[in-house]
Amino acid sequence: MSAFVLVHLLVALALPIVARRNTGMAFAIAALPPAAALTWVLARSGAVLSGDAIVEEVPWSPLLGLEFTFRLDALAVLMTLLVSGIGVLVLVYSIGYFHAGSGDARRSAPLLLTFAGTMFGLILADDLLTVYVFWELTTVCSFLLVGQAGISRESRRSALQALMITTMGGLVMLLGFVVLGEAAGTYRISEIVAEPPGGTPLAVAASLILVGALTKSAQVPFHNWLPTAMVAPTPISAYLHAASMVKAGVFLVARLGPVFVGVPEWWLPTVVFGLITMVFGGWRALHETDLKKLLAYGTVSQLGFLMVLVGQGTYAAALAGAAMLLAHGMFKATLFLVVGIVDHQTGTRDVRELSGLGRRMPALATIAALAVASMAGLPPMLGFLGKEAAFGAFLEEGGGTGLLIDFVLLLGSVFTVAYSARMLWGAFARKPGVAPTGGKQPGAVLLVPAAIPAFAGVVLGIGYPLTDELAGSYAAVYGAGVDPLHLELWHGFELPLLFSVVAVAAGLWVHAMRVPLTALRRRLPKPLDAQRGYERIMALLERTAVGVTGRTQVGSLPTYLAIILLTVVAVPGSVLVYHAHVPADMALHHNLLQIPLAILVIIAAIAVVRAKRRLTAVLLVGVIGYGIGGLFIVDGGPDVALAQFLVETLTMVAFVFVLRRLPARFTKGDAARSLRWPKLALSVAGGVVIALGAVLFSAARQQPPAVSADFIAQSEEGAGATNIVNAILVDFRAFDTVGEISVLAVAATGVASLVLASRFDRRRRSSRGAQATAPAERPGVVLSGNGNGRRQEEEEQS
Amino acid sequence: MTDPRITAPRNGERPGVPWTGWDAPRERWLLSGFPRDGRERAVLLELAARIVFPTVLVLSIYLLFAGHDRAGGGFSGGLVAGQAFALRYLAGGRMDDSAIISLRPPVLIGLGLTIATLTGFLPLVFGQELLESAIFKISVPLLGQIKFVSSILLDIGVYLLIIGVVLDLLRTLGSGVEADAAAAERGQA
Repeated sequence: MSAFVLVHLLVALALPIVARRNTGMAFAIAALPPAAALTWVLARSGAVLSGDAIVEEVPWSPLLGLEFTFRLDALAVLMTLLVSGIGVLVLVYSIGYFHAGSGDARRSAPLLLTFAGTMFGLILADDLLTVYVFWELTTVCSFLLVGQAGISRESRRSALQALMITTMGGLVMLLGFVVLGEAAGTYRISEIVAEPPGGTPLAVAASLILVGALTKSAQVPFHNWLPTAMVAPTPISAYLHAASMVKAGVFLVARLGPVFVGVPEWWLPTVVFGLITMVFGGWRALHETDLKKLLAYGTVSQLGFLMVLVGQGTYAAALAGAAMLLAHGMFKATLFLVVGIVDHQTGTRDVRELSGLGRRMPALATIAALAVASMAGLPPMLGFLGKEAAFGAFLEEGGGTGLLIDFVLLLGSVFTVAYSARMLWGAFARKPGVAPTGGKQPGAVLLVPAAIPAFAGVVLGIGYPLTDELAGSYAAVYGAGVDPLHLELWHGFELPLLFSVVAVAAGLWVHAMRVPLTALRRRLPKPLDAQRGYERIMALLERTAVGVTGRTQVGSLPTYLAIILLTVVAVPGSVLVYHAHVPADMALHHNLLQIPLAILVIIAAIAVVRAKRRLTAVLLVGVIGYGIGGLFIVDGGPDVALAQFLVETLTMVAFVFVLRRLPARFTKGDAARSLRWPKLALSVAGGVVIALGAVLFSAARQQPPAVSADFIAQSEEGAGATNIVNAILVDFRAFDTVGEISVLAVAATGVASLVLASRFDRRRRSSRGAQATAPAERPGVVLSGNGNGRRQEEEEQS
Repeated sequence: MTDPRITAPRNGERPGVPWTGWDAPRERWLLSGFPRDGRERAVLLELAARIVFPTVLVLSIYLLFAGHDRAGGGFSGGLVAGQAFALRYLAGGRMDDSAIISLRPPVLIGLGLTIATLTGFLPLVFGQELLESAIFKISVPLLGQIKFVSSILLDIGVYLLIIGVVLDLLRTLGSGVEADAAAAERGQA
């Protein structure tokens, strides 16, 4: 299993090379890994569905107890159908959708495949931390996919919004994972499910993890990132919405549901937020004129529905949830791909501009009608199975709560039917007063991928025993009970059937009333708008950041130094003084040579303070450094001494370079004179603390340290070195060395670019000053990057 | 780009140079004559720098290889080599273009880091642990036993990186600041 995940990622790494030559080929190759994964999983699905999960462990960092654990169980099989199955279809469809050789296409092929790989890893992961890793990888992928080239401001903003909201949720979720893992004593999900911990930690973990799941699955009030993410190309939207990204939250709730059975912090928010989201998303979808936006709000609504079902924690609800999960993936994928075809062939996806497309593209209209029927919950579609089971599940639970939930679900279903009708009508109907839409007929490469999930919806609906087994083996984690609910096309004349009939009839009526309803919505007050709220919060954040930075980063070196010194004196210094024990065996010197060297250093140090010229001061600092190097030699550390001498020399050279640009003498302002005594006190205190620390810390060392003894013993045969310092550097602690030189590389590059950038800036400014006399100046330089918040503020104030 | 002041024959480029001229220097030892940036020149320092430069480089390489058994190592070696360049710079200034090979600091830094990192991963290819080092001992006639420890590669990476960092320092703080000063004098800044 890990191999499949890895193959996804490796092929994705190699894809840019192919994509540069031939984007169609790139998408075709990208479709292979998910196809292979799907085949592999389906071949094993029989055994897995009967209860034998396949487990694989890949040690990651065994010492820390970290490992990638993968487990193929019923839920994973179900999700693979969506993630890999729809992944293949979307990738094949992309061959026809993207213009060959376009930048979007070149970027999308590897990114989509990476996305498919990380989603596949996510659904198989059996370890909370592995889940988190893949979870955030999907976030990053979606950021890149939604943002695309980042040329338009809208796509940048949408991508950033998706990233901000889902990452925020993800971090909270990680906290929840840690609480859960520590409380249970294991991070393995299957083990936690078998023996869930109890008490407060469980409730805390439930609320924290839910934040992650709710943000990822775009539940109210975090739903706003999803419709704005519609700026991505349609195949990407299809994949994000139907199969992957937004399903991750639902999947997580489904995956961890058995742990939190009966925990009110778990099921109450999922049901409440889910219901609100379902109704709200449906209501918004009724008024959208952009077909893609309509589908996006439809997704928000359906995700709410799914959340209610999978969060409930009963066998029946889980059964319905699994069926709806499958159904939603199938019909939403079809519908997005259909909208993509409409957009691609006609150049518009606006309901008000499309007309008579059904007659011109009957095949496309049929495919769409099948998917819409499933979405609306018409028999014999898969959507009907799911919806019937959902109504049945809450009726079975009985009581006022179950009935109340059912009624809200019914309201949501009415809206679902209404926007389903709106979708079909909007895309394909002939509208009076609108010119018939033109456009070429779509090719098979576009039609077939859209048709497959539409027909799958029919097949899985008619073949309901198969669907029942698929969904039932997931729901079995909750315990089936004596007379479990089954997915069936015909239950008899019972309440769920009545609900379905009411939903369809009322939904069609709502659709017929669309014009007055939209007018009514315009008149309604809008007390809360999540998008506006998000923008307000972001603007506030940026304003706070500017305020804080402006007050702390004053740009004065003496101030910074003073703050650093004060911290040193106050924090470690106070502890040091409090715990100070002067070591008993302190000697004045160990070697006679130390005395002249020490005197030299002290004299130089005093002279530095008295120096009037900068160059003199630097040279005196150099003397101190060489003196300390001398002390190293006396104490028998030639390696350290050598390094000290060399670094000291280099530092002096660097100092001299910089000094050329500074005045020769130290200059003092009036302010400096008044601050003289505080400065003196602070520096003396700092010096005393550090000196004291040096004495105490070196006295605290044991003779000889155990680690050093080990190094000494190992260096000759282990590292082949007689110089232990070098053996430590390049062998025992080589990892540190690599890290340190990386830091050095980054620092050097950073400093160089800062210095060179300021020069470049100055040169540009001077050349622009020379051009200023020219009559026609350019209209204005657009600063790329972080102009967003500022501009937003201005918009708000105006 | 040829410098008109370099009059010595270039062997590789000019056919027809007699084989007896193979050891003729390819460039002048000293950029004597007119100073290009109009300052006084310390000829003695320049000469000393030219003479000492290769020796210091050899010393730095010695330190690099000796490091495993005696004082030295990639860090010290790199610093010594870097200081050889610093000496050249201090003597010749930023107009000192007498170096035959131009070393671009970012490339050197990247190369060093790449070598060091790859060295870390190399043992994985042979089925060993990350960053594990291997010791080879070969007997060579006349020289006796020669020990080769694979961690020297890591040290070479460090060595190159340090040289790159020092050269970067010369490029930015040295010639960069100097160019700024020159520009300021011309009244551009």
